Amino acid sequence: MENSLRKELKVAAIENGTVIDHIPSNKLFTAIRILKLDTSSNPVYFGTNMSSKKYGSKGIIKIGDRYFGRDEINKIALVAPTATLIEIKNYKVTNKYKLEIPKEIQSFAKCFNPKCITNHQAVPTKFKVFTDEKGLIKLHCHYCEKTTSQENMVFN
Amino acid sequence: MKNRSLISINDFSKEEYIKILDIAEDFEKNPRQKILENHVIATLFFEPSTRTRLSFESAISQLGGKIIGFTDAASSSVSKGETLMDTIKTVANYSDLIVMRHPLDGSARWASEVAGIPIINAGDGANQHPTQCLLDLYSIRKTQGTLENIHIAFVGDLKYGRTVHSLVIALTQFNATFHLVSPEELKLPSAIKKYIKDAGLNYHQYTSIEAIVDQVDILYMTRIQKERFADPMEYERVKNSYILKNEMLENSKPSMRILHPLPRVNEIEEAVDKNPKAYYFQQAKNGVYVREALIASILGYK
Repeated sequence: MENSLRKELKVAAIENGTVIDHIPSNKLFTAIRILKLDTSSNPVYFGTNMSSKKYGSKGIIKIGDRYFGRDEINKIALVAPTATLIEIKNYKVTNKYKLEIPKEIQSFAKCFNPKCITNHQAVPTKFKVFTDEKGLIKLHCHYCEKTTSQENMVFN
Repeated sequence: MKNRSLISINDFSKEEYIKILDIAEDFEKNPRQKILENHVIATLFFEPSTRTRLSFESAISQLGGKIIGFTDAASSSVSKGETLMDTIKTVANYSDLIVMRHPLDGSARWASEVAGIPIINAGDGANQHPTQCLLDLYSIRKTQGTLENIHIAFVGDLKYGRTVHSLVIALTQFNATFHLVSPEELKLPSAIKKYIKDAGLNYHQYTSIEAIVDQVDILYMTRIQKERFADPMEYERVKNSYILKNEMLENSKPSMRILHPLPRVNEIEEAVDKNPKAYYFQQAKNGVYVREALIASILGYK
């Protein structure tokens, strides 16, 4: 207990808000952008390349005085499927769950196909999310019907 | 199918395809029926396509419908910078149905979401061209008497050929066996092969027509474009192996028929046109009946 408490404190503890833990280190800034934390007025603390028993290395984000709806937070499951969400109230964990990959996403990912209508006109993007035979997450564009794989995902 | 759009070959079920083909058969017997005299249909060709546009316009004319539209984007408001959404919303006020071709992938789906009237996709970039697929199915059924259990060889550019992709996907619903003949560089993409595997069907790959021509019911030819090859020497090396000549057909099944989406360049020698197995011009004619059937169904007359 003592140990894990000290570990948590490497990034400032929050009184009320949300902790997103076990984000792959190289996806931390992508996750921040997807959740639009770069323009948020809430206190945001983050750390990356921190040691993790489970994953070797991880990133963590803490957002003060802010809670997320499932749909909103699940957006980052595309880049951080291993992430855990922890809700804190009065310094205590009140809720903790693993993220789920959404079945469908709208308006925040870009289609990789340069000839897709969504890359030329003001058309909000829409994708079905699926995992291929190798277990990789892919996006199927509702408009051009082409597939965008994880390494090509760009988020607005 | 009343008031529905046809954007992608995946939009219709097997039963719905068959329904359209049955109606098309009636139109083949009696192609001039003035059922659309009170209708205006828009044909919006944001990129030129003579064959497809004329086929649609012939179908509409034979049904007595009026046609409005444009034949390329340069002569339309698009050249003034109008968005696709605005063009479609405007034209939807003037017509009962829009037939459109557009150079961007996904444009037809987007149009169908903003139009408020049905859209028929006559080709959206490299993505879909579902009426071509329907007329291919019609031609197969007509020449073989069935769509079930056929052996079909696809020849040429199987990588970029949009018509090949759509027809492969459609035929996975009819227990077909696929014989894929192409140069190494132009093989069928794995995303399309996945449809065959998922349906529990088989495909076989070859690099010459002779390897399989004697065993198939349908020989589906496509054009190989020089620009598809990274190495021009490779194109020179393979180009002649994918040209169909009469002597290659000597031992093919008597019921075998040759299809081609057209335009042809040189991949079928003109001498083959007189061969009773050549079916590609009749195939283009079938496109008119299929389009009559589709338009009549969408507007609620069949």
